[in-house]
Amino acid sequence: MVEAVRIYGHLAAARVRADWQYRTSFVLFTLGQALITFLDFAAIAVIFGRVDVIEGWSLAEVAFLYGAGGTAFGLADCFISAVERCSQRIKDGAFDRLLIRPLGPLLQLSAEEFAFRRFGKLAQAMTVFGIAMAAVDVDWTLGRVLMVPSMVLAGFAIFGAIFVITSSLAFWTVDTQEFANAFTYGGNFMTQYPLGIFAPWMRRLAMLTGVAFVNYVPALYVLGRDGERERFGLPAWTLFASPAVGLAAALIAVWVWRTAIRHYRSTGS
Amino acid sequence: MSAHIELVDVEKSFSVWERRGVVRRSRKTVAAVAGVSLAIERGELCGYIGPNGAGKSTTVKMLTGILVPSAGTIRVAGLDPQRNRVDLARRIGVVFGQRTQLWWDLPLSDSFELLRHVYRIPSDRFRSNLSSFVELLDLGPFLSTPVRQLSLGQRMRGDLTAALLHDPEILYLDEPTIGLDVVSKSNVREFLATVNRERGVTILLTTHDLADVERLCSRLVVIDHGRVIEDGPVAAIKDRFAGWRRVVVDLEEPAPGLDLGLAGVEVEKVDGPRQWLRFDRTATTAAAVVSAVVARVKIVDLSVEDPDIEDVITTIYTRPPTP
Repeated sequence: MVEAVRIYGHLAAARVRADWQYRTSFVLFTLGQALITFLDFAAIAVIFGRVDVIEGWSLAEVAFLYGAGGTAFGLADCFISAVERCSQRIKDGAFDRLLIRPLGPLLQLSAEEFAFRRFGKLAQAMTVFGIAMAAVDVDWTLGRVLMVPSMVLAGFAIFGAIFVITSSLAFWTVDTQEFANAFTYGGNFMTQYPLGIFAPWMRRLAMLTGVAFVNYVPALYVLGRDGERERFGLPAWTLFASPAVGLAAALIAVWVWRTAIRHYRSTGS
Repeated sequence: MSAHIELVDVEKSFSVWERRGVVRRSRKTVAAVAGVSLAIERGELCGYIGPNGAGKSTTVKMLTGILVPSAGTIRVAGLDPQRNRVDLARRIGVVFGQRTQLWWDLPLSDSFELLRHVYRIPSDRFRSNLSSFVELLDLGPFLSTPVRQLSLGQRMRGDLTAALLHDPEILYLDEPTIGLDVVSKSNVREFLATVNRERGVTILLTTHDLADVERLCSRLVVIDHGRVIEDGPVAAIKDRFAGWRRVVVDLEEPAPGLDLGLAGVEVEKVDGPRQWLRFDRTATTAAAVVSAVVARVKIVDLSVEDPDIEDVITTIYTRPPTP
């Protein structure tokens, strides 16, 4: 594990050095990403300029949801999302080189496609998350305090799994990026608002893909809104189910990825 | 004790979609490798050749664990490449002539440094290997040049080093001399011969350049349509398929193809006063052919040629398939 982190560091640093060869585009990309990220939350703040509550949730509570979901997504985006690049590597034949080295291809791919600009989103989400935790009107019991890091880790695992599973499709069909985006970025969008605002089929999709367990369901417990789970027919234990959902998602993702590697066909010559 | 690289009845088939009309497609299975059995001993330098699409690269990719065989068993250095891909990766080196393993935008030396971490090469071992390769391949002048700015020959020397820094016992080379100029090619060959001799590395080389085979390999495996069609020492294959020699004569005046009245002799080509006469070595001798020519016409010059490996391979590829 320590070894994996060390090698990840070396490969990611090499990527940053390589990107730095093209300085202007590196800087512009990073700035652009920061701007988009800022506007993202500004949009929610604008809505609260007109109304005081959304689905009974205050601005601070929605910010808590946004921050938790965004932090989980940001972590997955920083450390896992580069797996999407496997589709490109498969097309141009560069995936081969990942398989002749004594490391897992998932580790190499996410390290070699590392991008600093993704940290902008993570930093913004963590800032919102921090402010929201101070602002929400919650009695911080030990259980609630412990739930915060465990929901972030579970969310990280769930989003990471979605990135890996949708990317694995590239081993069977060539281009699935748009389809994958619907689940990854679409999933992130769904964690920015209380689940109740979405159409029933979207809620079911969020339950099925695990996205609801990233932040919404555990947030009900942290924010003391337990009653709301009954609207969706969720039993009480589901409030604490996120770590198990995260673990299951990670295991499924590893299995799908391994199966995909076995189906790798390489390119001619 | 089993061979260093061993394949038993290995098959690899791909299913491809064929277009039938505008939207209809049908599935078809194509065998890239159709039952290859092969045993390569430790320290051998084996050439693996075949026409385009014969299944060479597919075989190499199965030997590295990149592709999973559809049937048959593979053992490389005692390991199953598919199950033990990561363990095997520490013990093999791979060079794909058409695709670099180096970090494109970084100086060449950075790639070596990264590989040191990837393969966890002990520092002293790394330093001594690197300095010996830098000397053998004369890498010094471009060690700090970004890989994308290297010439093809320089890049190949970098790739060879990259594949060998971790002291692999087996080296696979997929067309290592493709696109190189004559000098670079001969440097690469000399280097490979040295690595094989001095480090005892088992080498499997796929190539289209038969000069590579002739200069380097002790053994030759020829595959076509996914099957091994020849396997043996280069000299033996040459002898078997080159049961003929060629007399080239320059006549004083142009003439139609000579009829010498000798069994096993045929006129291969006529170009003005020059004629190429090919004869079966078991049926007659060069002396008999030359004296028969001289008895009929006046000649200015003559030479006797042995078939080279290109001729042999052409013969093998174009002969009718054996049932």
